[in-house]
Amino acid sequence: MAVVDKTPATVAAAPGALVVLGGATPEAAGQWGSVWRALQRNRLAMAGLYIVLLLFAVAAGADFLANNKPYYMVYQGRIYFPVFRSGLVRFGLGKWQPELLNMDFKTVKAERIVFPPIPHLATDIDLTAPFEAPSAAHWLGTDKLGRDVTAGLIHGSRISLSIGFVAVGIALVVGVALGALAGYFGSWIDLLISRLFEVMLTLPTLFLLITIAAMFPPSIFLTMTIIGLTSWVGMARFTRSEFLKIRGLDYVTAALALGVPTRKIMFRHILPNALAPVLVSVVLGVAGAILTESSLSFLGIGVPAETVTWGSILNEARSATFGWWLAVFPGAAIFVTVLSYYLVGEGLRDALDPRLKGTK
Amino acid sequence: MAAYLLQRLLLMIPTFIGITLLCFLIVHLAPGDPAELMAGGGLSARGGAGISLQKRGAVDQALAEWRALYGLDKPLHVQYLVWLKNLARLDFGNSFKDNRSVWEKVRERLPVTLKLEFFSILLVYIVAIPLGIYSATHRDTLGDYATTLVAFVLFAVPVIWAATMALVFICGGDFLYLFPPGGLTSIDYARDWPLWERIKDQTWHLFLPVVLLSYAGFAGLSRYMRSSMLEVLRQDFIQVARAKGLAERVVVFKHAVRNSLIPQVTILAELLPGLIGGSVIIETVFSIPGMGQLGFDAVLARDYPVVLALLTVSALLTLIGILLSDILLAVVDPRIAFGRRIQ
Repeated sequence: MAVVDKTPATVAAAPGALVVLGGATPEAAGQWGSVWRALQRNRLAMAGLYIVLLLFAVAAGADFLANNKPYYMVYQGRIYFPVFRSGLVRFGLGKWQPELLNMDFKTVKAERIVFPPIPHLATDIDLTAPFEAPSAAHWLGTDKLGRDVTAGLIHGSRISLSIGFVAVGIALVVGVALGALAGYFGSWIDLLISRLFEVMLTLPTLFLLITIAAMFPPSIFLTMTIIGLTSWVGMARFTRSEFLKIRGLDYVTAALALGVPTRKIMFRHILPNALAPVLVSVVLGVAGAILTESSLSFLGIGVPAETVTWGSILNEARSATFGWWLAVFPGAAIFVTVLSYYLVGEGLRDALDPRLKGTK
Repeated sequence: MAAYLLQRLLLMIPTFIGITLLCFLIVHLAPGDPAELMAGGGLSARGGAGISLQKRGAVDQALAEWRALYGLDKPLHVQYLVWLKNLARLDFGNSFKDNRSVWEKVRERLPVTLKLEFFSILLVYIVAIPLGIYSATHRDTLGDYATTLVAFVLFAVPVIWAATMALVFICGGDFLYLFPPGGLTSIDYARDWPLWERIKDQTWHLFLPVVLLSYAGFAGLSRYMRSSMLEVLRQDFIQVARAKGLAERVVVFKHAVRNSLIPQVTILAELLPGLIGGSVIIETVFSIPGMGQLGFDAVLARDYPVVLALLTVSALLTLIGILLSDILLAVVDPRIAFGRRIQ
């Protein structure tokens, strides 16, 4: 089925239970509290959540897990912390010591030197060791340029995770805005926006993305943006149907009668109650965006050639079919990430609507 | 029925125009000048800096002539209208690459992709429907849990991973040689092979691409079928059927299955855009000369007419798919009144 739009066909209708409350009242917080408790009882969903959190920890600490610079070094009687220093330099908070500027830490004669567990960066090219099978020196092997696959996976997690968030953030803003407009105002606005939904649903999204990504200069930011701009339809449809439903409820009529401005009714009174089903598609959308990005970099487009992503490592296995490690590990990384997000999304759906439990 | 069809068709016109306009703008507003890319060779570096001024003038003139040939010198809205007018006659223009008619190129590749997608959809339904029925009728048994779990996990397997793993491990690399690493037929395939041998060879080549293109589909659809079955089984008429003493087999297959099949019809339309996207990946990995591969090569070569044609044809196919599944739905389910099922 869909390669990109992997939102399960089982995406359920809105939970009725949540709809009755108006605004962000303490009761609403209580609702979310009960959702959280229900989620906590779901072991698979919690396992997914923990894996996602672990991945975030890996992405955040990538420089400390895999780096070609040592944590700690005693050199000619002086103590250095090159990994930390490189962090400072990146954020413009410090400068390199002049003696370290052109230092090759791998060969330097230091009195004491402590490297991170994986002493490579994702982009460290070592042409003397191409296509090395997994070994003690390279836990998950190396690619055709001798780049360490473990380091590639660790640093690639940053790209995959941030793509998920930025793309879905864009999709959420566009989707909720259009869905809210269509659902609240109805009539010709709805008709027009619904045509737009149909256009987006009918377009072969992946092929469109390939077209855009290949024609513009490769950039991760552009890839994130276009994935976001092509994946909002699901969220828009949910928001629309929620707005349609809530708009007819008594409390909205009451607000209208009291003369509350439209903008306030839409954002303060309806939106908080319409977000629950959208939340599920947000979580599933993150998984979809990660899949799409990896498919694009698998095809060799969208990200600059020197950037190492999970998809780009997997791509190398296509032309070097003996290099099984280039196929197994990056693919497994994508799979585990996507599966974890799916588990969280499914758990969230069950938690939001207990009536559906066991039927899906 | 005729009125419903007409209404449906009329609503598709703005959608189709929206699609073509969007695709046209994306392709034509992208940076990079196809003329300079096509002029190619030594001249490609910014119109050939470093050559004499006379030659430079000749280059510019050649580029201008080339642009005029493909109508790229006209304003954008004129280009769009001309393109739309030609589209009505199924004339997609000529390819920048080899100046062949784009429609001819598409027509060559279309059957391959359609074959791939037809078998994929077939496989999706053949696997998913029985699995869903089994899961629902054996609810909360070990078998149900196992199929649900497998479907869930399978759904999360990225197609790029599955395809690469197949290529590395079972397509004649350093490991097993169970399936061919690509193509539609063996190199020594000949038309004078006996029919059976030809079918066998083609099936052998199509098997992996079709499975890879459809596994996510049948994983998703089987879960959908299961929940749809469960919903029907909960309803009163099933109770009645059981109460009047019908065999369970009759209750399940005659009453429940028929009713729970109805929503699956609409899934067909939702499958299509994904299949077209998936075929780009599968055809590229397994070097299958279909539309996906044609499109991917055209994108890399900035062959605008081909890219536009493929986007349009895919969208058109999907629109037809949506229309078909709407009609099919109304045919299989007499309760659905024509005209009420828009949105």
